[in-house]
Amino acid sequence: MYPEEIMDHYKNPRNQGNIQYPDYEGEHGNPVCGDLIKMSVKTRNGVIEEIKFDGEGCAISMASASILTEMVKGKTTRQVLEMDEKEFIDKIGNIQTRTQCVLVSLNALKKALGDDINC
Amino acid sequence: MDVETIRKDFPILNKKINGYPLIYFDNTATTQKPRQVIQAISDFYEKYNANIHRGVHRLSQEASEIYEQAHEKTAKFINSDWREVIFTKNTTESINLVAHSLDFNKGDEIVISIMEHHSNMVPWQELVKEKGIVLKIVDVKEDGSLDMEDLKSKIGKKTKLVSITHVSNVLGAVNPVKEICKLAHENQAYCLIDGAQSAPHIKVDMKRIGCDFFAFSAHKMLGPTGMGVLYGTKQALSEMGPFLTGGDMIKKVTSKEASWNDLPWKFEAGTPNIAGAAGFSAALDYLTSIGMEKIDKYERDLAKYAIERIKDAHIYGPDDRAGIISFNLKKIHAHDVAYFLDKKGIAVRSGNHCAQPLMTKMGILGTVRASFYVYNTKKEIDFMIENLDEIRRNL
Repeated sequence: MYPEEIMDHYKNPRNQGNIQYPDYEGEHGNPVCGDLIKMSVKTRNGVIEEIKFDGEGCAISMASASILTEMVKGKTTRQVLEMDEKEFIDKIGNIQTRTQCVLVSLNALKKALGDDINC
Repeated sequence: MDVETIRKDFPILNKKINGYPLIYFDNTATTQKPRQVIQAISDFYEKYNANIHRGVHRLSQEASEIYEQAHEKTAKFINSDWREVIFTKNTTESINLVAHSLDFNKGDEIVISIMEHHSNMVPWQELVKEKGIVLKIVDVKEDGSLDMEDLKSKIGKKTKLVSITHVSNVLGAVNPVKEICKLAHENQAYCLIDGAQSAPHIKVDMKRIGCDFFAFSAHKMLGPTGMGVLYGTKQALSEMGPFLTGGDMIKKVTSKEASWNDLPWKFEAGTPNIAGAAGFSAALDYLTSIGMEKIDKYERDLAKYAIERIKDAHIYGPDDRAGIISFNLKKIHAHDVAYFLDKKGIAVRSGNHCAQPLMTKMGILGTVRASFYVYNTKKEIDFMIENLDEIRRNL
């Protein structure tokens, strides 16, 4: 099946749910299948303190979202906005034909933090 | 029907995907091509290539004959007259032609259903904006079949067109098109049947169905891409203005105006897909030589065989269905299923199948869809079932 790390995050997602009073909130859909992921974020002095994802999707998009929430805790919002798509794809492991599924969560998070993503 | 002999005609079936023999179950999207069709296209370019209709020279006449013969073969295949057969680039264009050229006015009502492919929905939505027509959408019943009572209640005196799919590309439901056309005509409305998923698989007879328009695509029935058909009755087509204008669709042109050519050429502007027509002729010959009744029965048997064996899944659509199965393994996303089947060489489609409103109605994001054709076998289905079990165990 999928690589071990993905299976682990798919079966036991971290930081799933919603933050009740978030500082930032945003969602993004996968243009290929319509799956939707929502990200909510709490920050202190520009640093991400708490983050949760919510939504429905395939194993890759769910696991990627879970992995992303762990990656960005402690980073500044600016660092997240500057995160490179390719780096994130490499981190998840380049899964052929599924890059759209990997990127839903990152796009949702960037949208939440105020990036104007045109799609 | 000798499937092993048929399979030998399809070169692509020798291909390996991820080390496994290709099992192609995405026939609703497009079908594979037999070497007879591939040969007809290359023959055209090697021996007959010229532009049609305006040439006095021999080659142009030969090309014109090939192109016109394709109209005649198509007409015979659907039991109509060749002047009622317009070549387009696909079903979508065929439907857009009607949306553009039929005379719609503010307040006219168009009746479609929730199970339509986007191609039989979006053109009408545009007419709501452009011309102020009213779009009425017929529901499906719990089992995924068309709600005929709802249809009856939505057709009325203001109905100008009823446009319904013959076979649902998601549910496999086969709609009672003869009855639908009768209902439309009782209310002086036109009836368009989207035959993209029926013409390739079941015998379609324009006289029997009694529709005013019937749209389908060559590439979903062994033919080349870029070739589609719009059938229209002479009466309906004569009342319509042209779709695209320019070359070949005119009779006489002055510097100020033009008059239109006879049917079907009035609706075929510019140099058409001549090689595509040659390939489509070969595809029609191929299907006719097997026999549409046999193809229909064979595919229904395959679907029945698969449904009986897929365990622990939600299968969408009515029991009486064409060779299309849409399903979800409980809790496992359709993309994950399709991805792992592909690892074993099995091509299925996952997603909303260009029918987002239907998915919304069913309350799901998408489905896995396996759709069959003449070259598929029960052995291939067994291998898919085996792998579905494995996916279910491991994911």
